[in-house]
Amino acid sequence: MMSCIETIQSYGLRSIGLGERLLPRTDFTLCDQFVLIGSGMIWNLYFGLGALLLGFWASIGIALARNSENRFLRKPADWFVFIFRGSPLFIQFFFFYALFSQLPREGVPINLGVVQFTAETSWLTRAWGGALITLFLNTTAYAGEIFLGGLRSVPKGDLEAADAYGFSGWKKFRRITFPTMLRLAWPAYTNEAIFLFHATTLVYFSSFPARQQQGDALYYADYFASKTFNPFIPYPILAMYFILLTLAVVFVYGAIYRRLNRHLPSNQKRRIRYRPQLVR
Amino acid sequence: MFDFCADPDLLERGRWLACYLTTPKHMMFYQSFGVVILLMLITAPVALGAGFLGALATRSHIAPLRWLGKFYTSIVRGVPDIAFFLFVPLALDQGLEYLRHKAKCPDWDAPIRQGSDFVVCAQAKLPLSSTPQVWHELYGVALAIVAFAFVFGAFSAFVLSGAMNAVPRAQLETAEAYGMSRRQVTRRILIPQMWAYALPGLSNLWMILIKATPLLFLLGVEDVVYWARELGGSKTSAYAYPHADWRLWYFLALLVFYLGVTRLSEIAFARLTRRLSRGQPTAQGMKEARKGAPA
Repeated sequence: MMSCIETIQSYGLRSIGLGERLLPRTDFTLCDQFVLIGSGMIWNLYFGLGALLLGFWASIGIALARNSENRFLRKPADWFVFIFRGSPLFIQFFFFYALFSQLPREGVPINLGVVQFTAETSWLTRAWGGALITLFLNTTAYAGEIFLGGLRSVPKGDLEAADAYGFSGWKKFRRITFPTMLRLAWPAYTNEAIFLFHATTLVYFSSFPARQQQGDALYYADYFASKTFNPFIPYPILAMYFILLTLAVVFVYGAIYRRLNRHLPSNQKRRIRYRPQLVR
Repeated sequence: MFDFCADPDLLERGRWLACYLTTPKHMMFYQSFGVVILLMLITAPVALGAGFLGALATRSHIAPLRWLGKFYTSIVRGVPDIAFFLFVPLALDQGLEYLRHKAKCPDWDAPIRQGSDFVVCAQAKLPLSSTPQVWHELYGVALAIVAFAFVFGAFSAFVLSGAMNAVPRAQLETAEAYGMSRRQVTRRILIPQMWAYALPGLSNLWMILIKATPLLFLLGVEDVVYWARELGGSKTSAYAYPHADWRLWYFLALLVFYLGVTRLSEIAFARLTRRLSRGQPTAQGMKEARKGAPA
């Protein structure tokens, strides 16, 4: 019987392959369950933060493309958003896993005339690479839709004022359009972030395999539920971790929202409301 | 299916494909699309009913009922829905067996949880081990529907209580001034008027429900994902129709199917919204407001 400190030492980083290799098989203590499910949260954080950081910039690009006059920019972006928002993320995981595992295992030779090198492909079939790309594409589409809404509702007066001041092109976008769009779209984007973190639990339940039983929080919760045949302990622990994560997201995004709105008089400020409008 | 399918090895390409796509297993694959649609059509009203009760509970004057309603709607939204899809069927199954065990075997003295096992007497098993396989499968599907209704009930409770709050207060106050009781106000004024406000949120929920149906696979139902994996995996010459790993194409077909269903639903809801907002200045105003608001 290990003490809880020892359990944390041996299983705290179990999900990324550090510490004790063998999972507990009998006599599951409450501490085991807390530590291992918490260890799995590392993956949920990795997928969520990774997809958000990459997807933020890409989705602004998508929103701008969809708002553009050029139909060769607009149409592909429209289709991208339609495909990723209109189909289940679960199927997208299966599809991309099948796609990535069709790539030749020894890599794809790329010939650039002067240099020739081989593009590695094996990392795409691993969850940390392939699933992150799938989540990135998915959140780009959802956030692209949100930022397009923000872009379209930038007040006309603001843009006219920018013109009057002689702002144009990049400067107008950087100083006026972009901050206003961000401010208007931020509450909806907060919800997207929350649901993206929730969606990360799908990774190890779709086609991406968990190697050496290194999975996310839900993977370990399911492991305990199936071993002890008692769902009433691991799932509430998982729920607790996710509620904490949700509160943290609301806190961080709320702080950013306050900063985005800091120039407004206080009676115009709105608090972020948590709306379940964007689940996949 | 076709007469010429008798010997698959001798077929040329077009006919081979025609025969391949009409094998009995493929027929079951096609049927599973029907199962998915049927499940959506069953779950939607059940979830709406659960959401309706939840929304009424959050507005209740009885404090514990209100707390329960608020707890239900907020816990489901704070936790990944897939966790509930895994938790609810298992918990419900054990809960039902526990209750039946208490009722049917009162003189059973061994503990129910023995280490890693959940042991109830044979008469309390659900469904009984003697029942045919069909009932076991139907029981699984029924548990899945309850899990879906639980999650989507909370979502729709949130949408409906928002819609109830959106009904202009003046309407309710007028009804009270006419001497209606609280219950009468709810039944005759609040509920008929809230639908126009609830429709955008409910249409969104329907889209979410469509996109949650492949999760049935995780509950052990033989749904579209199950068959796509089963049929798409590479088949060696031991099978009648050998082929390489075709899962990519099967999942592509599923993507197209879901895109089609969401597109059709979008069109249908756009029509319904136009229809419901006809002659309703408030709903029309909301529609204009929604155009401006970030989607």
